[in-house]
Amino acid sequence: MLWGFAVLMKTSLEAILERLEKSSALEEMQSVAESIRDHYGVSHLVYHWVSSNGEQYGCGTYSMEWVERYLEKEYLRVDPVIAGCYNKFHPVDWKQLDWSSKGARQFQKEAIEYGVGNQGYSIPIRGPNGQYALFTLSDDTSDADWAEFTEKNRRDLILLAHAMNEKALELEPGREGPPITSLSPREVEAITCLALGQSRAQAAQRLSISEHTLRVYIESARHKLGALNTTHAVARAMQRGIIVV
Amino acid sequence: MLRYIYAEDLHNYPLLRDTMFRDRALQFQERLGWEVSVDEQGFETDQYDDVDLNPLYVIWERADGRHGGSMRFLPTTGRTMVNEHFLHVTDGTEIRSGLIWECTRFCLAPDADANVAGALMLAGGELMDRFALRHFVGVFDARMIRIYSRIGAKPTVLGTIGEGRDAISVGLWEFSAEAKELVAKRAGLNLGLSDHWFRQSFDLYQPRLAAIA
Repeated sequence: MLWGFAVLMKTSLEAILERLEKSSALEEMQSVAESIRDHYGVSHLVYHWVSSNGEQYGCGTYSMEWVERYLEKEYLRVDPVIAGCYNKFHPVDWKQLDWSSKGARQFQKEAIEYGVGNQGYSIPIRGPNGQYALFTLSDDTSDADWAEFTEKNRRDLILLAHAMNEKALELEPGREGPPITSLSPREVEAITCLALGQSRAQAAQRLSISEHTLRVYIESARHKLGALNTTHAVARAMQRGIIVV
Repeated sequence: MLRYIYAEDLHNYPLLRDTMFRDRALQFQERLGWEVSVDEQGFETDQYDDVDLNPLYVIWERADGRHGGSMRFLPTTGRTMVNEHFLHVTDGTEIRSGLIWECTRFCLAPDADANVAGALMLAGGELMDRFALRHFVGVFDARMIRIYSRIGAKPTVLGTIGEGRDAISVGLWEFSAEAKELVAKRAGLNLGLSDHWFRQSFDLYQPRLAAIA
């Protein structure tokens, strides 16, 4: 019975991030993309990135037919999502984009025919050295339902988008230098205090910093650890042996 | 009115752009005495204004189309002033997160109305609210703290370098939904209008009235 219950449950975001963490090849990110799509029950998830030297990579759940069609017709030039997100850094609901040109309308009609969906939410990501990525969810649903969905999940989606990107940076072929995820001494101290069960106020006092400052160190550490929240960040830091308590 | 404009789109607002960069020269070089570079046109710009980094400006535009006040945002996952120049203030911690943006060059025109600082803070609250951000990390003149306190948006100071005229601080802002309302109230603005300005900047598809008429 318990087993049956377990398989019926959607994979939790923590479990998905755990798999992402263990990925050692870009190909493994593909299955993570599929899991995120299934977790949210949306039509598609696509993660696409441009490295610092201009090379492009991607993974996602669009059909091969659509990807081929997109490349063949050079839709990169017409796609309002690209025009509206490139070199920017705020999340965009596709409804905010300009679909008024004839080319864009035709493109949208085809995208819907190929099962992309009539709604989308894209999160542009800016990494170091001009690296750039786009994390997109799309679905076939009403405006009201989509607005509710994005409002409710946008912060987690931003976290997932950045976690995917941190992994992609780590796996970037030919990358050199120390791991991106190394924490500063201050971040290690902050996370250690929390792991010891101290409250934020106690931890701040112990480190002689304001609680506000502590929160920023914790947030920055959470990002570097690719964690979903503070508890998850503490667990990850312990797992990796970054902190010892 | 409040406008949210990426660097790559500033050319669409030449008067607003030019008066902003001139007011920045007046504030940072003449009034505050910071060591900033001002070009022959009287514009104060630095490397973080570069169109490749494409910062997002929040600008208060006056009725005559000129700059009344502004600030500049960059995501902390890319290049930022704090991580490149103020690491000693954060004990060597590079602040990076998709939920933290950097806010720099908070500037007011010399004869700006009293509510402009508050209007800019309200815009900060809008960015935080709509893009699910947690904090802004900022670089500002220590003497500005008084102004920030008055408009209901006092930052937590992480550290200050220099003294007196040369004092530059790095600090943090957080906004709650309640704080946004308070800041709006103090700036004499209502959230409906603020919402309208926000949409006007970020909704690229705006059905024209002419098409309906």
